[in-house]
Amino acid sequence: MLIFEQSQKNRSATVQYPRAISQKMDIPKALLRQDEPLLPEVSELEVVRHYTRLSRKNFSIDTQFYPLGSCTMKYNPRGVHRLAFLEGFLNHHPLSLDSQSQGFMSCTYELQEILKAVTGMKGVSLTPMAGAQGEFAGVAMIRAYHQARGDVARDEIIVPDAAHGTNPASAVQCGYKVKEIPTGADGNINMEALRAAVGPQTAGIMLTNPSTLGVFEQKIKEMSEIVHKAGGLLYYDGANLNAILGKVRPGDMGFDVMHINLHKTFATPHGGGGPGGGPVAVGERLVPYLPIPMVTKQGGTYRWLTEEDCPDTIGRLSAFMGNGGIILRALMYARLLGKQGMHRVAEFATLNANYILAKLRTAGFTPAYPTRRASHEFIITLKQEAKELHITALDVAKRLLDYGFHAPTMYFPLLVPECLLIEPTETESKQVLDRFVDAMVQILQEAKDNPDLLRSAPHTLPVKRLDEVKAARELDLVYRAC
Amino acid sequence: MPFIPHTEKDIKDMLSTIGVAKIEDLFDEIPANLRIKELPAIPEGLTEMELARLMRERAEQDLSALCFIGAGAYEHHIPAAVWEVTSRGEFLTAYTPYQAEASQGTLQLLYEYQTMMASLMALDVSNASLYDGASALAEAILMAVRANRQTKSQRILIPQTVHPHYRHVVKTIVGQQGIEIVEVPFDPKTGTTTLAILQKMAGEAAAFVIPQPNFFGALEDVDALTDWAHQQKALVIGVVNPLAMSLLKAPGEWGQTGADIACGEGQPLGVPLASGGPYYGFLCCKKDIVRQLPGRIVGRTVDTDGKQGFVLTLQAREQHIRRAKATSNICTNQGLLVTASTIYMSLMGPKGLKRIAEACYHAAHELREKVKTIPGVEVAFTGPSFHEMVLRLPKPVDAVLDELAKYRIQGGLSLQKTYPQIENGLLVCATETKTSQDINEYVEKLKLALNHASHASHNEKKTVTIKAEGV
Repeated sequence: MLIFEQSQKNRSATVQYPRAISQKMDIPKALLRQDEPLLPEVSELEVVRHYTRLSRKNFSIDTQFYPLGSCTMKYNPRGVHRLAFLEGFLNHHPLSLDSQSQGFMSCTYELQEILKAVTGMKGVSLTPMAGAQGEFAGVAMIRAYHQARGDVARDEIIVPDAAHGTNPASAVQCGYKVKEIPTGADGNINMEALRAAVGPQTAGIMLTNPSTLGVFEQKIKEMSEIVHKAGGLLYYDGANLNAILGKVRPGDMGFDVMHINLHKTFATPHGGGGPGGGPVAVGERLVPYLPIPMVTKQGGTYRWLTEEDCPDTIGRLSAFMGNGGIILRALMYARLLGKQGMHRVAEFATLNANYILAKLRTAGFTPAYPTRRASHEFIITLKQEAKELHITALDVAKRLLDYGFHAPTMYFPLLVPECLLIEPTETESKQVLDRFVDAMVQILQEAKDNPDLLRSAPHTLPVKRLDEVKAARELDLVYRAC
Repeated sequence: MPFIPHTEKDIKDMLSTIGVAKIEDLFDEIPANLRIKELPAIPEGLTEMELARLMRERAEQDLSALCFIGAGAYEHHIPAAVWEVTSRGEFLTAYTPYQAEASQGTLQLLYEYQTMMASLMALDVSNASLYDGASALAEAILMAVRANRQTKSQRILIPQTVHPHYRHVVKTIVGQQGIEIVEVPFDPKTGTTTLAILQKMAGEAAAFVIPQPNFFGALEDVDALTDWAHQQKALVIGVVNPLAMSLLKAPGEWGQTGADIACGEGQPLGVPLASGGPYYGFLCCKKDIVRQLPGRIVGRTVDTDGKQGFVLTLQAREQHIRRAKATSNICTNQGLLVTASTIYMSLMGPKGLKRIAEACYHAAHELREKVKTIPGVEVAFTGPSFHEMVLRLPKPVDAVLDELAKYRIQGGLSLQKTYPQIENGLLVCATETKTSQDINEYVEKLKLALNHASHASHNEKKTVTIKAEGV
């Protein structure tokens, strides 16, 4: 039932209202609203009960294993969430004087420094509010760099076919054309194709390493030389940073600019789709173009850097300081991990991924890149099962939900048919991973014995398989009272 | 090991299953010369108890007694139930609802949110949120350029009464795509955009942005501006305070045919100030341009038994399907903040929301009447306003704000840099959280601050260039 269907005229939660004031207002009638908006009229208990009940229809990290590849669904520490709600942080206005913001600014500054250290970069700006905004900022910096040198003919960004969809979309938002290059059968980028693709039109290349195929691009240094020699810059998509945190630094691989997904690697909550955090880190050449504001430290005092300090900045990306509360949470997580904890993240994320891969392989599943070591994630392809048993990756994913596991990422990357991208993260125990593998094995058996069980899954959730075609054809995006 | 559950035995068993001797062997495909041994610049790890102590000390530094700053982020009462329920792990730690059947809670909530926000704006549809108000305005402009079929013009008119940071963000984002942005000056008497000024800028345009209330807190003549813009074949984008729309005429009702798009900052609806975020941007439009709407959108449908359910829909607009041809690169939204806002709007209902808007209006007007009695202090603009106003002080504003800070009062936002034409301009806000006593306290301390503040410009000391560390 929708909240609107519980509404009763003139029911209200008046304890939340401010006191009524009977004085007149000097606003002309033409500027006033005449009707009431469609908001429910319900009691406080009804609100709490309705949304508590809705919450129970969600899968979440707190309730289920969530091996959603490329999304790094690790535990979000509760202590961090609680501390972000401290009154001094929560009620702090973004435009307070610097002298009244030293607490928040010290946290911001510290996170900038930590991110520089783990990425091997020279400058960091925390303001991008999500990975895609970080990508936009990164590509805009690449453009600003070329323009400042009068190198204006470069109008192309190279993107591998396995890249996240945001990469080409971000390049286009910055006014670039996109050139796609293929991946070889071993999961590495085809070097010949790269050599053929670069030229005086190349502004840069966008990559993630390990790639979205869950394997490490071994010739990365050679690639960086090819692109740099052609005058282009390298962008690192930080979506997969969890795989190499404290082990390998993008700056050392030859990247010039990158973003970091705080909601992945730094454990800030995903919140049903956001907020995220997408700080950008850059090498020496791009430091002047970083988006503002940033925090600097002079003596013992912190100060905001704005356009007056950074005349070549690409500018502002948010009304204030990006997702401040996410910045705080990421810093706190980093401080809990400390220097030792950082590289353990990559180690145990990789251990968990390779463990599931080994067990699934033994159980008869097909890895997409059987000769390769998994990074923090890996792909299995159900191409064979689709052909022989007439079941799809979607069917397996939906059946997993019945077993109480969130499904892996499906049908991404697009170049692997019938694929599932599995990322367990470091915070899951061996016992959880074993149960997941058991469920997969059982589902494979079901696919042979009773494939309809998969095709009609899920069976145990609040709804059965939903009609997405109808949703798109007969748009019903808002409730209308009858 | 923080947040890593593995026992020694687990590790041994797992390595043996994989067939390697040690964890380090799992990194054997990474060239050895790229691997680092340690991160000396990062401090040792803390326990949660140690971290709590450190963070309490830092948070306390930023506590203030009274805040009279608005300028796009507003202090309001947030019922305890809002964040108690929002912080449930099932909302907090879920991700984008790609698996609809396992995400019906978030999806239904988003459908309810879309209904509430579209109705508040008096428009047909809403998306499921964008990053914040400023980036929502940038997306609204890109959307208008795509959707406007009446003109090929790439000209956008933005009044200078739109938040300066919003205009800056628009320039950063929209400026990459060769769209021409023309700023419209304001009437120095009313602090609003007038037809007299607009006549000089006539001609085709892709979009015209109308703020309500505007950055100065003043109310624009939205009907006249909307009709004028439609005559120039421009789509009208309202950038509005959503809380104020419970009291003021909503964008869909402006002029003869209504604004085409409404966007803005969702923060006033249940989201704490929190140093500027996370907030969320909202974006609503008329239904004929819904296919140009960026971001996630939830639709109602049925399952194989014919039972009602909710899914992400119109995904063919989005980056993960369309890649380089998507309407936007946006992927993440601000679901958690929308969760809080939906609960907030449900608790307040239509009457509560209007009551809050009225209380804001009255608090600000009490402040306005009382500050006017201070010798030398003037209200900068005539005409109606909502919960914010510009004052002209007899002394440099930055010095006065420093004086007020000594009483732990955040006295407002200095306009010296953003609007130098308003001499000693101070933007000040009072919401329903301010009592008569708070307002009296402000007025009294402002008097003292004006007596103590020096006449020298506060900015002079900042002209010394200091090499910045740590960028």
